[in-house]
Amino acid sequence: MNPYLAGCILGSALLAAMYFSGRGLGASGGVKYAMVSAVKAISPEHAENSPYYSQYVEKERNPLKSWLVFEVVGLLVGGFISGAISGRLKFKIERSPNISSSRRLLFAFLGGLFFVYGAQLARGCTSGAALSGMAVLSTAGFVTMVAIFGSAYAFAWFFRKNWI
Amino acid sequence: MGPILISSDTPLWLSLLAAFLIGIAFGFALEQAGFSSSRKLAGMFYGYDTTVLKVFFTASIFALVGSLLMNYFGMIDLDLVFVNNYYVGAAIVGGVIMGAGFIMGGFCPGTGICALSIGKIDAIFFLIGGFFGAFLFAESYPYIAAFATDYYEGPVKINEWMGLSPGVFALLLIIAAVVMFWLAEKAEKKFPRPDITNDF
Repeated sequence: MNPYLAGCILGSALLAAMYFSGRGLGASGGVKYAMVSAVKAISPEHAENSPYYSQYVEKERNPLKSWLVFEVVGLLVGGFISGAISGRLKFKIERSPNISSSRRLLFAFLGGLFFVYGAQLARGCTSGAALSGMAVLSTAGFVTMVAIFGSAYAFAWFFRKNWI
Repeated sequence: MGPILISSDTPLWLSLLAAFLIGIAFGFALEQAGFSSSRKLAGMFYGYDTTVLKVFFTASIFALVGSLLMNYFGMIDLDLVFVNNYYVGAAIVGGVIMGAGFIMGGFCPGTGICALSIGKIDAIFFLIGGFFGAFLFAESYPYIAAFATDYYEGPVKINEWMGLSPGVFALLLIIAAVVMFWLAEKAEKKFPRPDITNDF
């Protein structure tokens, strides 16, 4: 699809989130809620005693019953529908021919680890902090956006073999 | 007047249904843009594919201008829409860590989930890594909490900080975006990789 048209659809989804729910889009928060509920299931005492987890663990309510979790489930469904329409549903490891599959998977794992760690610190990722933040003119959104892209450009040379 | 689903008498199921439907549009747009491909996303940082820039700024400006117009016509009260809190140090350091993760993994969390939905195995590894990243953050929180909550400025709006009205700032942002789109189109011609950009 033309990227400017895709941008308008994405912008409509963001505007709908603002109009209906008074908030922006998010993604890393979904990963966080999944992690919190796993910790709660494995070690409820640890979750209740920690000053961090206890912010997200209400007494009776399941942390997965949140706006962000339902939005992320929708994200999976929407991506699947689009992939089905455009004939892109396929199990595969996408990588540059210059690197092995195991190297690709290792770096994907490390990338996810860094990204979500940073997103917790900055209180949002590309979606929740940068994209949604910019749409509400939040200074935090603009600063986070510049930091993410500036840093990725600064590190790009070191990881070029993985991509080009 | 919007936001229409934030009053305390809104049933939970209705709020979650809205979240689910908005999520579908979100995922559909990301996948149609080609963001289920890490090599296409990474092109942003080597110049051969700048779709990220085009989609990102188009979407942000669309929602910004749309919400300003809706506010002007009394359809939404923007004072009730969440504005991100600005913790200066955490926003910058968090962003730098995210950028490093982006160039290593090729995804951000949203595009990783989108890529998972069409079967990308590397996206599963990215999200498992993300799960551990969230866990490490939670476990290291007692040690970094002082930094994470320091330099707090509140939910500052950038146009107010610059002393501009929202409309003037939006206009400047649009001009900046058009210049960036023009540069992006030039970069794609200079560093073409049709093998990656057309086959994803």
